[in-house]
Amino acid sequence: METFFKEAVVPHFNFWIYVIIMMIGLWSVIAKNNLIKKLIGLSIFQTAILLLYVSLGVKEGATIPIIDHHAAELSLAGDAAAINPDAIANPVPHVLMLTAIVVGVATLGVALALCQVIYKDFGTLEEDEVLQKIKALHDDV
Amino acid sequence: MKAKIFASIAVAITGAVLLYAVTDFPNFGDPRSPANAGVEGGSPSASLYYIENTYRDTKVPNLVTAILADYRGYDTLFETVVIFTAGMAIFAILRVLRNENAPSAPSPDPEASNRTIDGDHHRIIVGITCRIAVPLVQIFALYVVAHGHHSPGGGFQGGVMLGASFILIALSGSLRDALARFSEASYIRLASIGILIYAGVAFLPLVFGRNFVDYGALKGLLGTDGEEMARSHGIFGVELGVAFTVMSIMFAIFANLSTRGRLKGGL
Repeated sequence: METFFKEAVVPHFNFWIYVIIMMIGLWSVIAKNNLIKKLIGLSIFQTAILLLYVSLGVKEGATIPIIDHHAAELSLAGDAAAINPDAIANPVPHVLMLTAIVVGVATLGVALALCQVIYKDFGTLEEDEVLQKIKALHDDV
Repeated sequence: MKAKIFASIAVAITGAVLLYAVTDFPNFGDPRSPANAGVEGGSPSASLYYIENTYRDTKVPNLVTAILADYRGYDTLFETVVIFTAGMAIFAILRVLRNENAPSAPSPDPEASNRTIDGDHHRIIVGITCRIAVPLVQIFALYVVAHGHHSPGGGFQGGVMLGASFILIALSGSLRDALARFSEASYIRLASIGILIYAGVAFLPLVFGRNFVDYGALKGLLGTDGEEMARSHGIFGVELGVAFTVMSIMFAIFANLSTRGRLKGGL
């Protein structure tokens, strides 16, 4: 049990935390009845994925992915050791998540707009009540 | 109640599988992990190429900006198009264009539509503070856009801040104040212009017989010393387009959501 903890859990504690956050989001998407609460769950789920990706690019003791001007000029002059890749965090996950955050906000806006229209048409945001009202509409026809 | 039991079972199983799977992941902060250093004996990681060659290729020290706008220029172009499409979708879903005077759903606060940043004594402290803060926010946002080559920042971040400055006007005074400064016609126009700037800068190299988003071809047009500086300027043009679109769409989302598409009254 102790070796399992030392070898499997402790070096991956960040991934365990993200899985727990992700499951909180998934649970509220499935179990909650209110559409706004489902959207909150989706946002929590998305946050867990953003954290997962950014943490994949972390290097222990490394700094932000911006190259020091002095080191950059040295490397242009031919000094291959001027830039140490181990001292600079992996920039690729940052790029991918930067756009994902903004697109996430924009699509959350679309989802909230749809919720507003649903509330205007049905007077409720509870999923089962909306389904009942849609069923009643079909029965009338 | 039944749904909650099934949800708990589904979440427990998924969570257990994922928790088991992540024990095979590389250790947290490991510089030799496949994502950071590539596979041993296989291909090296793309991130190593970016770290070692970005400054040589583009003269941009901020790797994130250079990758975003140059190496992954296609991706970012269509991310911007996604944001534009989201804004247009909200417009299509919510915006009420006909029967603007119909008293269908009265605003919860009838004074809200008459409130201005100048006229309401109850909000004088908030109003004056925001009046001072908004220009500072906008100048800082422009700095974030323009200095994204050398410091954390770029079009997305600066655009969100510019949009937030207009949202601040709407929150501290009324939406009418914000719309007087940034009307519906101008934010739709500006969002489209942003996409056009991005697509235009990306398209120009084709005229010179080079590939799409290969800004190095703009060397003669921009009059720079080498292709590297031309790429640096191309990245700035692209970031400017992103900033315009993001700013307009952020404000459009707020304006439409807070008034249920009527653009009157509001919070």
